[in-house]
Amino acid sequence: MVKLWKTLGLTVVVLALTAAPVLAQQAIINGAGASFPYPLYSQWAHKYQQLTGVKINYQSIGSGGGIAQIKAKTVDFGGTDEPLTPEDLDKSGLIQFPTVMGGVVPIINVEGIKSGELKLDGITLAHIFLGIVNKWDDPAIKKLNPDLKLPSQAITVAHRTDGSGTTFIFTSYLAAVSPEWKNKVGVGKAVKWPAENSIGGKGNEGVAGQVKAVKGSIGYVEYAYALQNQIPYVKLQNRAGKFVAPSIDSFQAAAANADWTKAPKGFALSLIDQPGENSWPIVGATYIMMHVEQPDAKKGKEILKFFDWAFKHGGEMAKALHYVPMPEKVITMVENSWKEVKSGGKPLWP
Amino acid sequence: MKDLAVSDKTTAEGVVGAVPLPQTAATALGDRVFRGLTAVAALLVPAIILAIGLDLLLTSYPALATFGPRFLLSQEWNPVTQEFGAASSIYGTIMSTLVAMLIALPLSLAIALFLVELAPPRVSQVVGTMIELLAAIPSIIYGMWGLFVFAPLMATYVQPFLGKYLGFLPLFSGPPLGIGMLTAGLILAIMILPFMSAIARDVFALVPNVVKESAYGLGATTWEVTYKVTIPYGLVGLLGAMFLGLGRALGETMAVTFVIGNAKRISLSLFAPGNTIASTLANEFSEATEPLYVSSLVALGLVLYLVTFLVQVVAQWLLRRMYRAWSVGL
Repeated sequence: MVKLWKTLGLTVVVLALTAAPVLAQQAIINGAGASFPYPLYSQWAHKYQQLTGVKINYQSIGSGGGIAQIKAKTVDFGGTDEPLTPEDLDKSGLIQFPTVMGGVVPIINVEGIKSGELKLDGITLAHIFLGIVNKWDDPAIKKLNPDLKLPSQAITVAHRTDGSGTTFIFTSYLAAVSPEWKNKVGVGKAVKWPAENSIGGKGNEGVAGQVKAVKGSIGYVEYAYALQNQIPYVKLQNRAGKFVAPSIDSFQAAAANADWTKAPKGFALSLIDQPGENSWPIVGATYIMMHVEQPDAKKGKEILKFFDWAFKHGGEMAKALHYVPMPEKVITMVENSWKEVKSGGKPLWP
Repeated sequence: MKDLAVSDKTTAEGVVGAVPLPQTAATALGDRVFRGLTAVAALLVPAIILAIGLDLLLTSYPALATFGPRFLLSQEWNPVTQEFGAASSIYGTIMSTLVAMLIALPLSLAIALFLVELAPPRVSQVVGTMIELLAAIPSIIYGMWGLFVFAPLMATYVQPFLGKYLGFLPLFSGPPLGIGMLTAGLILAIMILPFMSAIARDVFALVPNVVKESAYGLGATTWEVTYKVTIPYGLVGLLGAMFLGLGRALGETMAVTFVIGNAKRISLSLFAPGNTIASTLANEFSEATEPLYVSSLVALGLVLYLVTFLVQVVAQWLLRRMYRAWSVGL
């Protein structure tokens, strides 16, 4: 019996000694945050590991969680859809850069109305979410859709109950087009929803589920969720006065307008309600945060190398998942900002 | 208590009178270690309960200090202005539990009576097992079923029907959304039903046949025997079953989150969406970053902790009182 234990112990020691260098070689980088870019980050990470052997773990815990975790230094990088302010970045010793852009889309469940048939403008959308327009055959909706047969049904507003970057982007738009929304509700990852008939779901899939289940409802989700669940979306009137359908092209049209040279530190730039005939009005970017002072030079370098690879080779993957890649110019600006990242006083990039 | 003291004494005397067992040092030590270990195990539970309570109090202090009693009375819940009040969550928790109890209590009594008194043994066995299987379904399944199957049924059939005939009551007014307080209460009722009916069945089964037969012998009908003999006889156990269901309904999270609608609003209508303390915590905790927001959520948790604690204390007290009053027969 004793002999058996001894052999067993010896085996464990030998195994540990041989396994340790193998584990050390395979760098593991941990990130956490926004759920909006999660499908893309996990694909990038998978491909990158196949190519380089570097393992990137990204946990989809939400923007709020990402900010909290990177500030607490429990992860190597954090993800958020609501960019931190330059002051907040300086205070916490962080840099921040955008990775991809995407669109938020209003979805509906109204009997007899198919995808893209209903047209709304910003102010009517805001009034629906404020509860001022509360029937589908309200004159305001009828005026925009003279050819549609609208039922005399109460409108139920579906929204996120968890703090979410999608809500941040959507409320930014409503506040931009409606002064009343700006004063009464405001902008945030979580807000107080004023409409009388409002229901909440957790996550993009939660809102999609509520809209599917409740007749006469309207909600908002990230574009990919509307496509996956085949829920009818709404055409929106953009700043140029044209009604546009959500698509990768209309997101790109909006993104092309953005003047990133004017962006403050941290690239916090609003892509909401951009000019241009084909621009989709509700577009936002998602961001990565990391510490300026990296405790582990090798790890810090690996993170930057990963995002450099993603910028240069991940564009097609992003488009396949309906995200808009960052323009060439912006990538150069972002990579210039990486010069700030240091470890023990030495810059890690390039 | 008196009886207990007396019996203690007799055992003590018994030990003194008995021939002491030969004890080695090792067994004496073993006994002491064992006693210590069991004591630690037993004391761990109250220690954890106390620690949880203290921690909740400590973390929720910023919110309680900022809002004071307003926290309990206000139904404003606005993360943008950082203004938090628990009233709508407390109301939703109580209302959904009340609806669940109103439906589950008579239903579980009926099920238990049928299984024990009226059904043929074969039927009773099969149906009894199936009801117990209800308890084995995870609550997330109830939630998904509730949202995708039950809620549309409620919206197309049940709620329009109720609205048509009882719509003059504020309780049944408003558009039929399918999800809301009534649906949440119904799902909760289905979830607590197996627990309540299983205990009620055991309680009824414990009523001695002699007692029932003598009632029948006096010419009582089945209804009279049930109403005047079986139920009063098992009242203590039935109360226990009720409190078990109540405790479960108060804290149920996942299924309720799916179907209650998660709106921070107090509305008289049962058709309207609402929220419960547990559903709010499940929805918002992971994403709350501002310290006051987190603290307010923890304060909600503290309220739930105190409510369930209170329910248990009242239950224990009631049970003890009832036991003294009714136990003569048992």
